[in-house]
Amino acid sequence: MRNRMPVDVIKERYTTKVGEVTLGATKAEGGTRSHTITVGGDSTLPFLHFEGEVPNRPVIAMEVQDRVPEWSEVVKKPFADVIGDPAAWAAKCVKEYGADLIYLKLASADPELGDSSPEKCAETVKKVLGAVGVPLAVVGCGVDAKDNEVMPVVAEAAAGENLLLGVAKQENYKTLTAACMVHKHNIIAQSPIDINIAKQLNILISEMNLPLSRIVIDPSVGALGYGIEYTYSIMERMRLGALTGDRMLSMPVICAIGYEAGRAKEANAPVSEFPGWGDLAERAVMWEAMTAAAFLQAGGHIFVLRHPRSVELVKRSIDQLMRK
Amino acid sequence: MILIGERINGMFRDIGRAIREGDKAPIQEWALKQVKAGADYLDLNVGPTAENPVEAMVWLVETAQEVTDTPLALDSTNYDAIEAGLERCKRPALINSVPADRPKLERVLPMAKKHGAAVIGLAMDAKGIPKNAENRLALAMEIVAAAMEFDIPLEDVFIDPLILPVNVAQDHAPEVLETIRQIPLLSNPAPKTVVGLSNVSQKCVNRSLVDRTFLAMAMAAGLSAAILNVCDDELVDTIATARIILNKDIYCDSYLKVYKGRGV
Repeated sequence: MRNRMPVDVIKERYTTKVGEVTLGATKAEGGTRSHTITVGGDSTLPFLHFEGEVPNRPVIAMEVQDRVPEWSEVVKKPFADVIGDPAAWAAKCVKEYGADLIYLKLASADPELGDSSPEKCAETVKKVLGAVGVPLAVVGCGVDAKDNEVMPVVAEAAAGENLLLGVAKQENYKTLTAACMVHKHNIIAQSPIDINIAKQLNILISEMNLPLSRIVIDPSVGALGYGIEYTYSIMERMRLGALTGDRMLSMPVICAIGYEAGRAKEANAPVSEFPGWGDLAERAVMWEAMTAAAFLQAGGHIFVLRHPRSVELVKRSIDQLMRK
Repeated sequence: MILIGERINGMFRDIGRAIREGDKAPIQEWALKQVKAGADYLDLNVGPTAENPVEAMVWLVETAQEVTDTPLALDSTNYDAIEAGLERCKRPALINSVPADRPKLERVLPMAKKHGAAVIGLAMDAKGIPKNAENRLALAMEIVAAAMEFDIPLEDVFIDPLILPVNVAQDHAPEVLETIRQIPLLSNPAPKTVVGLSNVSQKCVNRSLVDRTFLAMAMAAGLSAAILNVCDDELVDTIATARIILNKDIYCDSYLKVYKGRGV
């Protein structure tokens, strides 16, 4: 017979917690969403349910673009019937694949990829809002000068919808912050895998009087095999900061997984080139899902994904981690 | 770092006059000014010339509490004054201070227990301040043992190793730093450490430079608290910078501003 030794479970007591951010607005709140989504609020390290509260589950935002993206065929295939129509694409993500949010990238605004006008972009946003009931994140094309023209128009056209707008960077945050202030949206504050810049950018944005409860941190994730550990340790350190009184690092975290995992060699190289790597379709999905799974453990709150199968896998992982 | 604001002290002319004349304004102005500057405790000292130290302490406590909830550090060698002050404190106070002298420990520790107050123990006894770290630590241990005996949580015990002015007792500073390094080893949980910062620079030139240099060195040795001029911006900037170098706060370009605004 074995003797059992009682073990005291050691629990840390933290003084503060991760802030909550609520996205979307229902009719009663001045928007048109069927419901809102709240992220953050954790009072412990990721999923330590025995130690503190994890009041809101991490959510999946499926990425939709307003032009046919240069993604691998594997990722585009499930959307073949809708990929030219962002509203139909978004509707499919919500209805068929259970997306919690839609992450709409206005890629066609890029001067070299169509140069869509701000008004056209705003119209696309309105169409997507009309097609789905879930809250929206909307990001620009990534060309700062153009995004500074587009995003204020989008923010105004969608006033009342309490969108998540991006992306603000240390070199380019004022226009977007002002647009979020005036039209009451939330902001994605992006830093280049650098915790010091992440903190500084949050300070700069809050100095323009946007409340901390309207900021989401994008720490820039590295994909599996491409620096994933750098972002992982930054996210760990941010969470410890948030739990020990560092208000300027206490915001929920968004991880743009699809973009990073999607450009990894392993998610694109055909099996003919690397016979030992196995089937590309499965490999591409797994690269996205595994990258997301790591950042779930690191404390991410919003996961931007592309492929329906990885959405399914990550959702299952969230279910398991949220079980108490 | 726990910052104890030193400014409400009868040794300062404006405070001494305010106490004599019962003028609340200077007390309350300094209370609010120090709270705004980030004081975790406000030290209250009636000064050496108060006619009735007990009444003066009670008046200081009540006057400060009219404008702030910040905890108070009751600073006196008159234990009747401290006891009367403790009776009036709305939040757990800090007793400043008691030496490692048995009759005084027996007088002070029971009142700390009764009122849930923290207490500063001085690493000195009836014979005075020891010359080296070893003897300071021995006295600190006597205070820790007494705190255990009187059931005071050790986290509420602050040991002051007693820094002396560098222009008269230069050989003490390295001993004080060594004492600060070793005090956490005395017990588990460890007692805290505190210094009366301005003592290091009494009658020196470059006082504030001496103060902040010593403070940075003491922080590197593990100092947990200091009684200081919280309204000295350069001193507070030094604390913020030392916290960055010690990896206590996460760096960002606005770290000085973040530290100053920490209470807001």
